[in-house]
Amino acid sequence: MRALLLLLAALLAQPALAQSALAQSALPPAPYAYRQLDDPAQEKQAHDLMVTIRCLTCQSQSIADSDASMAGDLRSEIRERIARGEKPEHIRRWLIERYGDWISYEPTSDPILWPLWGVPLLMLIGGAALAATRIRRRGRRNGRRGRNGKEGAGQ
Amino acid sequence: MIAELGLAALWMAAALAALQLLFSVLGLAQGKAELLSGVRPVAIAQGVLVLLAFLCLVALFWRSDMSVALVALNSHSAKPWLYKFAGAWGNHEGSMLLWVTVMGAAGAAVALFERALRRDTHMATLGAQAAISLGFYAFLLFSSNPFARLDPAPRDGQGLNPLLQDPGLAFHPPTLYFGYVGLSVAFSFAVGALVTRRVDALFARAMRPWVLAAWVLLTIGITAGSYWAYYELGWGGWWFWDPVENASLMPWLAATALLHSVTVLATRDALRAWTVMLAVVAFSMSMVGTFLVRSGILTSVHAFAVDPERGSFILALLAIYIGGALALFALRVGTVREGAQFELVSREALLVVNNLLLTVILGVVLIGTLYPLMTEAFGHKVSVGPPYFDRIAGPLALALMLAMVAGPLTRWRRDRAGVVGGRLIWPLLAMLGAGAVLGVLAHGRLSLLSFFGLVIAVGVALGSVIPLFKRNLRRTPLFVYGMVIAHLGCAVSIAGMASDSAFTTEKLIAMAPGDRVESAGWTLHFDRVAPLAGDNWIAMQADVSVSRGGAKAVLHPQSRFFTSPPTTTTESAILTRWNGQLYVVLGEQLEDGRWQMRIWWKPFVTLIWLGGLMIALGGVLTLIGRERRGWMLRLRKGSAARGTGEEWA
Repeated sequence: MRALLLLLAALLAQPALAQSALAQSALPPAPYAYRQLDDPAQEKQAHDLMVTIRCLTCQSQSIADSDASMAGDLRSEIRERIARGEKPEHIRRWLIERYGDWISYEPTSDPILWPLWGVPLLMLIGGAALAATRIRRRGRRNGRRGRNGKEGAGQ
Repeated sequence: MIAELGLAALWMAAALAALQLLFSVLGLAQGKAELLSGVRPVAIAQGVLVLLAFLCLVALFWRSDMSVALVALNSHSAKPWLYKFAGAWGNHEGSMLLWVTVMGAAGAAVALFERALRRDTHMATLGAQAAISLGFYAFLLFSSNPFARLDPAPRDGQGLNPLLQDPGLAFHPPTLYFGYVGLSVAFSFAVGALVTRRVDALFARAMRPWVLAAWVLLTIGITAGSYWAYYELGWGGWWFWDPVENASLMPWLAATALLHSVTVLATRDALRAWTVMLAVVAFSMSMVGTFLVRSGILTSVHAFAVDPERGSFILALLAIYIGGALALFALRVGTVREGAQFELVSREALLVVNNLLLTVILGVVLIGTLYPLMTEAFGHKVSVGPPYFDRIAGPLALALMLAMVAGPLTRWRRDRAGVVGGRLIWPLLAMLGAGAVLGVLAHGRLSLLSFFGLVIAVGVALGSVIPLFKRNLRRTPLFVYGMVIAHLGCAVSIAGMASDSAFTTEKLIAMAPGDRVESAGWTLHFDRVAPLAGDNWIAMQADVSVSRGGAKAVLHPQSRFFTSPPTTTTESAILTRWNGQLYVVLGEQLEDGRWQMRIWWKPFVTLIWLGGLMIALGGVLTLIGRERRGWMLRLRKGSAARGTGEEWA
């Protein structure tokens, strides 16, 4: 059954049911939407790809964990292509060509995404450097104070 | 009548918050004691009035008064009583009213019970608390009035979203809100201390119980939310890096860092400026989370408000409070004297590492959550999801775990690296052993993250209990037990996560009644499927007999259809064993009459939430251990001991 289009639930529930009835009668079926591939290695390949493909009609769910019809169709498509021996990355490129970057959770090497890696790295290095210099400065001052035999707060 | 009473109480509470702010500011600026002595009574009255307003809203939902727009939109007379009750905050206006109510109550509690703090800092804190409340009162009264009437009144309401009709969800948002508000109190303490230039151990000890309590509630809220997503969404996932989940994770990360730095400040009087900064960040993250969820800027499974006007209102509040606090921080940070000193090898330094890593993880979650919005503004839609977060936050979290083992085994102020290394020998050996065993037994089946997750979990589990070795267990303070249990909980939780991602078995199959299937050593027999009616739903329910070895049980997964509003949900059936969970979902019926079944065996998945609860329990024990003495003294002395109360510092 359809489920979980929480925000659009009221609006979508009826059309979605109608659509699925239509899909069953007119459109090509999605045989592998809820069926695994027989070869476990291929199924694992398909699964690893599916968890990184966004369900476009849901919110923040991958096609691997959605009941939406779009997710089911894509699962079936992916499993069939894997069964035919296509490489997962090839399938991903095909999906991105068809639906845009939005569909893939897997970060690309597009320069627009560099800050995603750069900012945390800078935070880590900058923060570590700052903390280390401060602690070392304190250490030196402690040592000096120790020699002078003075006590009390710093600064 | 009840609605009007509620609205009047809300307006009066808002007016009192304004008065509280005024008294505090004028009193401190002009040094007038008579003005300052008005702050506490006003804060208490404000708390009582806003509580009254909230109770009015609950009463309206309880009576299903459909002449109130909010009730008509979000409730239905046929709803079970629990959801009538919880429906009061299962919507935008109601949840914001809950927010200010908790804030008002917290303000009253600070006014009533806080004795350790200096009087001027105390009054400045209450002033800051009033300033925050005021913004939220304005938000409620001007853009989200929960008491608006509907004329003519409809015959019945539209009902509560079925996904929210779940006992877990009835209490999940309030738990998180209590946590957020607890952080707002910490924020007010920080602002108060900056205003009076008293950033010291005394202030840290006054702030610590609020941080701890907020952190415990956030931990429980996130753990419960994760379990809800796990059993309600029907695909066995327990964390989706959904923006709304991230919105609750970010304050938790900041609160975790704050909890540790405030301990350094309270115990060693070090990290003064940083602790204040973290208190500002922690509440900012609560506000950012509220903004993300409430503005509808991210439409996601949890968000139930879509209204740009509200979004800009919260954004304005966000800018005023965070901007104001940061400006105050910038102005006053020069007057915050450097605290006590410590060496590179010391517990303080390891807690700095803890804070650094938590802050970077927070940065990762923040940028990952906001980045798609930013690129979308430039016309390029991208998705940032689990692959990014797992890859970058995962290793950082594991590094944090290693620091967590070393921290409690290192002395305050100064220690010797060799000595600390010697204390770490057993956890290190345990990790080596676990790595070797896993490498042989599960060679090639584990992802790197799962492998290191399991290995480090073993080391952390052992390392976290070492602080209890060679100690008189009876005389060990409660807060040490709290720390040990919370750290052990981290190991338990990480082990569960790694085990789930590494060893889960999935089976998707179409079955007719009478069919039998085997998966992961379990035999499942599909006995029958039959319709079933509930209070406000109808369902198809399957009977599935499951057995493994001698163990037998019957599971009842359902596919539920709610009539108001019309929605279908899957109710998974979960069998919990000591070593994992069997998770069965009934899907759609196929044309040939068979039913889709989804079956997972998830070894040790329950450890994820068990660990979360242990972490929360550790927080509770620490809270009791640290504050018991103060509470007992306060009880004994009663109101006679009103005054500065510095003796309990």
